Amino acid sequence: MIPVCRIEDLPEGESVRIEAGDATAPIAVFHTDGAFYAIDDTCSHQDASLSDGWLEGCYVECPLHAALFDLRSGEPTCLPARKPVRTHAVTVVDGMLYVHPAVQTVPGRPVHAAPEEAVA
Amino acid sequence: MTAVRTVTVVGASLAGLHAARGLRSQGYDGRLVVVGEEHHRPYDRPPLSKEFLTGDGDPGEGLGPLALTDPEDEAELDAEWLLGVRAEALDTAAGELRLAGGRALRTDGVVIATGATPRTLPLPPLDGVHTLRTLDDALRLRAELRAGAERAVVIGAGFIGAEVASSCAALGLDVTVVEAAPLPLVPQLGEEMARVCAGLHARGGATLLCGTGVAGLRGAGRVTGVELTDGRALPADVVVVGVGVRPVTGWLEGSGLALDDGVRCDEGCVTALPNVVAVGDVARLDRPGTARTVRAEHWTSGMLQGDVAARNLLAGSTVERFDALPYFWSDQYGARIQYAGRREPGDTVRILDGDPADGGGFLAVYERDAIPTAALGVDRPRPFMRLRRELARAPQPAGR
Repeated sequence: MIPVCRIEDLPEGESVRIEAGDATAPIAVFHTDGAFYAIDDTCSHQDASLSDGWLEGCYVECPLHAALFDLRSGEPTCLPARKPVRTHAVTVVDGMLYVHPAVQTVPGRPVHAAPEEAVA
Repeated sequence: MTAVRTVTVVGASLAGLHAARGLRSQGYDGRLVVVGEEHHRPYDRPPLSKEFLTGDGDPGEGLGPLALTDPEDEAELDAEWLLGVRAEALDTAAGELRLAGGRALRTDGVVIATGATPRTLPLPPLDGVHTLRTLDDALRLRAELRAGAERAVVIGAGFIGAEVASSCAALGLDVTVVEAAPLPLVPQLGEEMARVCAGLHARGGATLLCGTGVAGLRGAGRVTGVELTDGRALPADVVVVGVGVRPVTGWLEGSGLALDDGVRCDEGCVTALPNVVAVGDVARLDRPGTARTVRAEHWTSGMLQGDVAARNLLAGSTVERFDALPYFWSDQYGARIQYAGRREPGDTVRILDGDPADGGGFLAVYERDAIPTAALGVDRPRPFMRLRRELARAPQPAGR
């Protein structure tokens, strides 16, 4: 899991982009609608950073072409995006926000991840 | 409209594809034919001047990330694809589309989406001289840029020219951009902001020469240099001509449709015939509330017009008008430029964030009588989109 920031450093309506290392693509973390969400930062349509996007409820709008993504599922809800972005689990421990990057899967070859460590 | 059994979309690019999608999503279940002059299925053009040129690896046989459709999408469209086929004439009285090779296609409705083709200069046809519009153009240019070319001259400093120059510079070429006007992009951005954007060339290590035209090319068989009207000569291994485009309407001569730097349409993409609509770069629309007409070469317009045109074609009259705020973007020299709105000469510019003078990003708003008319952002995607939303809601000065 990757530490993001203290929860007070990510107020409602804000987002942050984290470089998650070589193992996974950059991740965007959002605080909106009373919860935290994490999705792949790069729009599935074209190279744009979703952490720069417009937040409205549980949706983020890509800042380049206005594709809209549901933060809960990663699914696009309008064109031009047609493919989902990956979602990642988020936890808070002692006021600290963590992202658990989803296991990178190869299309058609599901990967069975080892059970994750329980997080308080 | 009654008894529409066949609709033919002429042009298999972004706008044509979105018109086809629009027809299906609005319940059209008749025969749908898509005619494309290129051999490729619909693909995205914006990357062709940017990451497609600079990207690593072999682009391969397929369209890869450029593809605008996938098998699932194509199944939903349920269209007949006639690719590698040029439309040669439209007989509106007979409801017949004539294709290269003598074939004729009976059709009840037509979506004109033939786009635009690069303008050229009266120059001799030498190897190493390119225009950039299609995937095949980009493949040829890409191969030459990777085959040891060291010096590139780009003619025209509009957005395509600047993006190609940026890509050449990123590939390590020595790049000179030649612009006939005293300053590029003034009609789009106004002088003050055009000057800022012209400064991006220096940031990327390219040389911008303004106020001089091209007198001729040097070389026999293959280009070796560009001669300028001011007497200078620039050595060149590769020359890219990016001096704008003209809409592809030649095949419609004699159709009876009104042609005027594009296919004339009302504000809902409908021509004088209710069963013929036009979308994308080729369409010249009436501007609602003005005596003006407008032809947009923007990606977003192409996408959005498809839906409007499909609705009006199926309704048999203009029940919806296209009135989206113009929007375009350009990536060059590591900067992302975004523009939205309708700036006109005399509008003032106010900087809301950043400082254009320091070479970093900034956000600017154009205003007339304190009313915002347009927005320009360089590396300010989030506040730019906020401003774009406000603009879309704001009342516009009359006549725009």
